[in-house]
Amino acid sequence: MEHHLVLRVIAKLLIPLILLFALYVQFHGEYGSGGGFQAGVIFASGFILYALIFGIETLRKVVPLGLLRIVSALGLLLYIGTGVAGMLLGGNFLDYNVLATDPVAGQHLGILLIELGVGITVAAVMLMMFYVFAKP
Amino acid sequence: MTGIFSLVSACLFVTMGAVDVAFTEAAVGAGIATLLFLCTLALTSSEESPAVRHSFIPFFVVFVTGAILIYGTIDIPEFGDASAPVHQHIAERFIQTSPVEIGIPNMVTSVLASYRGYDTLGEVTVVFTAGIGVLILLGRGRREKLVKHDSDSSA
Repeated sequence: MEHHLVLRVIAKLLIPLILLFALYVQFHGEYGSGGGFQAGVIFASGFILYALIFGIETLRKVVPLGLLRIVSALGLLLYIGTGVAGMLLGGNFLDYNVLATDPVAGQHLGILLIELGVGITVAAVMLMMFYVFAKP
Repeated sequence: MTGIFSLVSACLFVTMGAVDVAFTEAAVGAGIATLLFLCTLALTSSEESPAVRHSFIPFFVVFVTGAILIYGTIDIPEFGDASAPVHQHIAERFIQTSPVEIGIPNMVTSVLASYRGYDTLGEVTVVFTAGIGVLILLGRGRREKLVKHDSDSSA
């Protein structure tokens, strides 16, 4: 992998942009197109590009599989936790109106949190699948 | 082939104004799915290995689940039925009240994350379960093989 100089340089240029674009899609999903699912996939694809250029073992050192397992569960827990938080504050399950003093602000907060949960889970699961499918 | 198909259908979605769906199709269908296909091709050999054992219980579980799902479709209104609930009032209500109730410009997100919160929770659970399933099916076998190789080489 030492001699692919062009690939390495271009990948190093592209990966931060891909990750930044994923975060943009994640947190701007309420205003433009996009959301947690798309952002998660784009975020994972940035890491996959890294693995394609620098080798899967390097990526395994950056993001270990055990960490991904925990993170993928954390995303789902964040989603359910948002729902339960609405329940604890006196609303129904997944009722965001009670999360803030203003119902509209509560909806914003709730949508932001669950989209974040979706994004985290999707990104972690996609990377996990790539890990087990890719040849070591 | 599937990658090209996904890209073309993503362009089709854009021309029809469904940008969110097109985004998903381009990222998942054309990107990740194609990559996983290629990985699978690299992982498998060209010849099928003989089946190890025939087990009855998994077949039974799959059969019963499929039967329940087909039974569930009986309640669904007929295709193109104008009196189906989905054509009556839901879409109009979402379009009229979403800017007031949710207050975010992207209506797809407000329907997906707020009105249809349970559905999205189900989708995320499906993604998570799929990840666990892949990990169980492929992850452990690989590790055992690796351990075996290690013990072989050390012995």
